[in-house]
Amino acid sequence: MTRSARGGQWTAWAFAAPVVLYLVAFYAYPLYRNLDLSLRDYTVRSFVRGDAPFSGSDNYTKVVQDPTFGPALLHTVIFTLGSLAFQFTLGMALAVFFVQHFPLSGMLRALFLVPWLLPLIVSASTWSWMLNSDSGIVNWALGLVGIGPVNWLTSPSWSLTSVIIANIWIGIPFNLVVLYSGLQAISPEIYEAAALDGATGRQRFWRITLPLLRPVSAITLLLGLVYTLKVFDIIWIMTKGGPADSSTTFATWSYRLGFGNLLPSFGPGAAVGNLLIVIALIFGLIYIRRQRS
Amino acid sequence: MKSSTRRWRTTGAALLALALAGVAGACSKSGDHASGGAAKPYAIWDPYPQFDASSAWSALLTKCGTDAGVTVQRTGYDTSDLTNKALLAAQQGNSPDVLIVDNPVISTLADAGVLTATDDNKLDIASMQPNLISAGQSGGKTYGVPIGANTLALYYNKAVLTKAGVDAASIKDWPSLTAALAKVKAAGKKGITFSAIGTEEGSFQFLPWFWGSGAQLTQLDSPQGVSALQLWTDWLKQGYAPNSVINNTQTTSWQEFATGDYAFAENGTWQLANAAKAGFEYGIIPVPGISGGTAPAPTGGEFVSVPVQTDTARYSTSAKIVTCLTSTDNLLATDTTLSYIAPTTAVQDKQIAQNPALKVWVDAVKAAKGRTGDNLGTKYPKISEPLWNAVQAALSGAKSPKDALTAAQGAAAK
Repeated sequence: MTRSARGGQWTAWAFAAPVVLYLVAFYAYPLYRNLDLSLRDYTVRSFVRGDAPFSGSDNYTKVVQDPTFGPALLHTVIFTLGSLAFQFTLGMALAVFFVQHFPLSGMLRALFLVPWLLPLIVSASTWSWMLNSDSGIVNWALGLVGIGPVNWLTSPSWSLTSVIIANIWIGIPFNLVVLYSGLQAISPEIYEAAALDGATGRQRFWRITLPLLRPVSAITLLLGLVYTLKVFDIIWIMTKGGPADSSTTFATWSYRLGFGNLLPSFGPGAAVGNLLIVIALIFGLIYIRRQRS
Repeated sequence: MKSSTRRWRTTGAALLALALAGVAGACSKSGDHASGGAAKPYAIWDPYPQFDASSAWSALLTKCGTDAGVTVQRTGYDTSDLTNKALLAAQQGNSPDVLIVDNPVISTLADAGVLTATDDNKLDIASMQPNLISAGQSGGKTYGVPIGANTLALYYNKAVLTKAGVDAASIKDWPSLTAALAKVKAAGKKGITFSAIGTEEGSFQFLPWFWGSGAQLTQLDSPQGVSALQLWTDWLKQGYAPNSVINNTQTTSWQEFATGDYAFAENGTWQLANAAKAGFEYGIIPVPGISGGTAPAPTGGEFVSVPVQTDTARYSTSAKIVTCLTSTDNLLATDTTLSYIAPTTAVQDKQIAQNPALKVWVDAVKAAKGRTGDNLGTKYPKISEPLWNAVQAALSGAKSPKDALTAAQGAAAK
């Protein structure tokens, strides 16, 4: 009895070992290293020698007091909330639209997935060509209707809007797909019953679709939030966070600190990265909390 | 029963941890063995991923290795990737034997203790031009040998200038250049394109104007510095330069010039091959100083360096490989392939003999200055980032040139 139980335990550990190894090597250790980086005063010399002195929360203080901190935080919030709001509403609208099957709806739906399938370098470069001040198609089209050129990527008042627009376009397919599959899980009988009771289309959406879709909506928004918080490539390719920090978010700032300069400041870069992780974690915890209650 | 399960769980976890530690230990041990072996090939890292194994560059590396009696193993990295790769490798004790890296990075790597100085690796630098080698010097030591240099000048489109009635030879200073741009605009063409992107490239392109005004990198907000930024800002305001310069890399800026609509483009030696393909006649003038003369442009191009090794006996062979790479004949071949100007007068003369059009570039390289020179070293990156931010802020209208540079000086002095 005991011997076989022992054997069972060993087998259990053997089965768990690969995933534990994987988690330790690819999650726990990098996270620990990042935390360690952010708590030490790294210069290039001490980075190579591995003897950076422990500096406590110095890097965090430095980052918070940096003139870039306020704008970067604000841009991160605007970028995330702006992207989420539009991605979600447009994704929802399209999902509701595609639930009613019509000729070619499958093909059209597949076409809507293109932004999600394209490599980000391709879509971001395409957007930055389209939004080019002098030779972009967007300014050309605006010129046709008599509106003067807008410096989409090179004006401090437009650059954040431009990257948000590109990010919304990229995020819609994800929202569409998840919400669409959620919609299909709602039994058509409920709609039939509602229709018999005389509910209008608008009432059916607000009273049936939206409440029944709540769990799916919640996870879509949470995943969207985590994705959007850490969006880096689109902004970096389109504006590099500029001009004059006007489209810098925590993600691009962290990269710029760590890799964007000839003389990397790993400590502050890691500190900004950790702040991002904490923000994502807080929203994850709120989500779990609300799921439980 | 329950407590025994828990005990087993703890034991299991402990064993797993032991196993992990064992694996890690075994790995590091085998690593030590490999590095002790005498037959380990000499690793060379370069920022030329465009050259594959069949290229002349690869063949040259193999030949230099064979001449030194060893095999070489070459890896080409993207240049923006190479600094961090080199730092990480040094941290892991895995540095390549020969590292070819962009010149402003040398002082950073030297500061990190990654590179050997010429005292240790016995490289001969006597024939190299002093203004080029200065980028590799810090604290009185020299940490590498330039393999080739490039710099910036103004390309112009002959047809556009003729149409606007501008004689390129008449452009001697900033006022005459601005006047030429005004004429070009009046003739319905576009003035000048350059790259003012928010990266090192932006600072690189701004520096000829900044230095040409007489400003020093130690004082960004001097009246001279402000006048240089004012020049660029006014060009944008007047429509002499397109607004897109704020996001232009040197490649996108070149693409604008290649459309044939622009009179001038500030770009580098490396575009010569593309210029020949552009389909219009072009000429080159040096970037003028504020009131005449040639403005010192920053030097670009790579250095060959010998990273620190635990096995110091490897330096002599590495030095042989480097000497082979930078020997007169090989420099000529390499710099012709890379479209660079050679770092020694002897090879420069041969380059001009081969292609007289290169003379303007040889002169520009002679007048050029290293960014990390003047003993700035690792201070340069801390000056360069505020500088490119100031250029972006002024060109985009977020701040006036004066305010932007004052803020930049504050950030650089921190």
